[in-house]
Amino acid sequence: MADERRESKYAPSPPPTPVLEPGHTFASVTDKISTIVLTRRVTTGWLAGFAIAFLLMMMLFYALAMLFLTGIGIWGNNVPVAWAFDIINFVWWIGIGHAGTLISAILLLLRQQWRTSINRFAEAMTLFAVACAGLYPLIHVGRPWVAYWLLPYPNTMGLLPQFRSPLMWDVFAVSTYATVSLMFWFVGLIPDLATLRDRARHIVPKTIYGFLAMGWRGSARHWHRYETAYLLLAGLATPLVVSVHTVVSFDFAVSVLPGWNATIFPPYFVAGAIYSGFAMVMTLSIPIRKFYGLEDFITMRHLDNMAKVMLATGLIVAYGYMMETFMAWYSGSPAEWFMIVNRMTGPYRFWYWLLIACNIVIPQLLWLGKVRAQVFLLWVISLVVNVGMWLERFVIIVVSLHRDYLPSSWGLYAPTKWDWATYIGSIGLFLTLLFLFIRFLPLISIFEIRALVKETEKR
Amino acid sequence: MKSRPPIYGLLAEFHTPEEVLAAARRTTEAGYQRTDAFAPYPVEGLAEAVGHHHSRLPAIVLGGGLIGCLTGFGLQYWSSTLYYPLNVGGRPLNSWPAFIPITFEMTVLVAAFAAVLGMLALNGLPMPYHPLFNVEQFALASRDRFFLVIEATDPLFEKEKTRRFLESLKPHGVYEVEH
Repeated sequence: MADERRESKYAPSPPPTPVLEPGHTFASVTDKISTIVLTRRVTTGWLAGFAIAFLLMMMLFYALAMLFLTGIGIWGNNVPVAWAFDIINFVWWIGIGHAGTLISAILLLLRQQWRTSINRFAEAMTLFAVACAGLYPLIHVGRPWVAYWLLPYPNTMGLLPQFRSPLMWDVFAVSTYATVSLMFWFVGLIPDLATLRDRARHIVPKTIYGFLAMGWRGSARHWHRYETAYLLLAGLATPLVVSVHTVVSFDFAVSVLPGWNATIFPPYFVAGAIYSGFAMVMTLSIPIRKFYGLEDFITMRHLDNMAKVMLATGLIVAYGYMMETFMAWYSGSPAEWFMIVNRMTGPYRFWYWLLIACNIVIPQLLWLGKVRAQVFLLWVISLVVNVGMWLERFVIIVVSLHRDYLPSSWGLYAPTKWDWATYIGSIGLFLTLLFLFIRFLPLISIFEIRALVKETEKR
Repeated sequence: MKSRPPIYGLLAEFHTPEEVLAAARRTTEAGYQRTDAFAPYPVEGLAEAVGHHHSRLPAIVLGGGLIGCLTGFGLQYWSSTLYYPLNVGGRPLNSWPAFIPITFEMTVLVAAFAAVLGMLALNGLPMPYHPLFNVEQFALASRDRFFLVIEATDPLFEKEKTRRFLESLKPHGVYEVEH
């Protein structure tokens, strides 16, 4: 009931909804967010969700054990489709991660205050998505136990990696991205860990949070350096996030395969990454705000803004599809044109048209303010976009590979149960980490909300 | 080693950021140098009010970025032209455009490490023990209270006089901080 009132109050063309509901004080925001971690008992809902996620993660480990014992022959990949689920999922996951960095870094630099209540778990989402993404290239190399050969280090073989290869750029881009995201997230957590240390009553959490908070005491001098460091990290993360998906797109664009060799890839991949990332933030934040009663912090304004970002980036992605098609025709290259016709009418046409429906047609509903004010509808659209972005990578990778220049080397691809187990299992890994995060760390940045309380008072 | 004063200092408690900001300014005007203020979120101008103006952090981050940049490019240049020259389709050994992505990533990586570790080092963290934690009320510094401390090592520090000065700032409490 309360929900309906709140929603109807702000729908359809609202007086600007606040980013923080009025009436909060420093103490009330601190208590409300920290009790989720400290005093709230484990609910059956959390336990059930965690159990499902954990089982899925176990399925991932089982699939990985089979993979290591047998080899990647258990997957459906084979020449000509040598890259399939592993790289689709890699690109999908890393794209999802991008929204977290966008929210925490780029929106910080642009002074978008509404980012405050969603940045923490968006960053956590980034981290977990990158963990899932990083798994795939490692297991795809075939002998993951020697995956460290990808790193340049002095070795008895006298070999160094080929630095001119986009796959090497990927190693550096993804590992840098994972490291910087982790640092950014942890630095953001330090003051909140101090809050948890000071608020915890039991000795065990007090010690653990105290250890992690490293003795943070909120000194004005410390805050000053802290803010400088945070701003510089944001400034570094902004070009980094753009570079990461650019480098991922180079994995394709630098090759000579029709459907991959396109100069539009870097911008269109980055836009797609932000698109899918915001969709995932939406998918996660809607149930979380509901179950934890955080509607005061994650308001309709947040959902509305995220929906608008999705709409905008979705249109850039649509432009990317259009340009791919146009350039295939305009280039006059028969192989390029065949690739597009094959994409639209070939054996995988169903997935192509489903992708267009998911990524371009359905999200156009977001133009309507009424749709953006309906939480459930937003949630469904965000799921549709998640599926659509996965299909985009499927179409780019599998459909381009399965028929290239030589008809004699054409083939079809179908995933095996192990492909599916690994993919769904990685969603389990992601959700397990997310459930643990929600239970043990403050999912909203408390100190930034305190600053927001002050701002709200001033108005 | 200099003899240690009997207490760490005197701590005053405030309820709003405006109060602590005004108090910090007056303390600095009164000539106290070894002071610090504490807030549950970054209060604008508070660091300046306790006499902290410039941070060396940006310079450290710049240095880190430059080191990363040179290391990244140097590694690729050295391995491709000197250590393991490999002719790929007749292209030049020093094919610098292909080295840009890794150079860039290394720049960001080392600069980010410099920012985080530099911030922690300049702040003297990790510091598991600090005398201020002996004041029970100080636990609220991470919730909704604001504090101002004058350390006993300050040249102007005289326990009774300083206490009277702090009380003139209209705090909600003044506490002695034990070592």
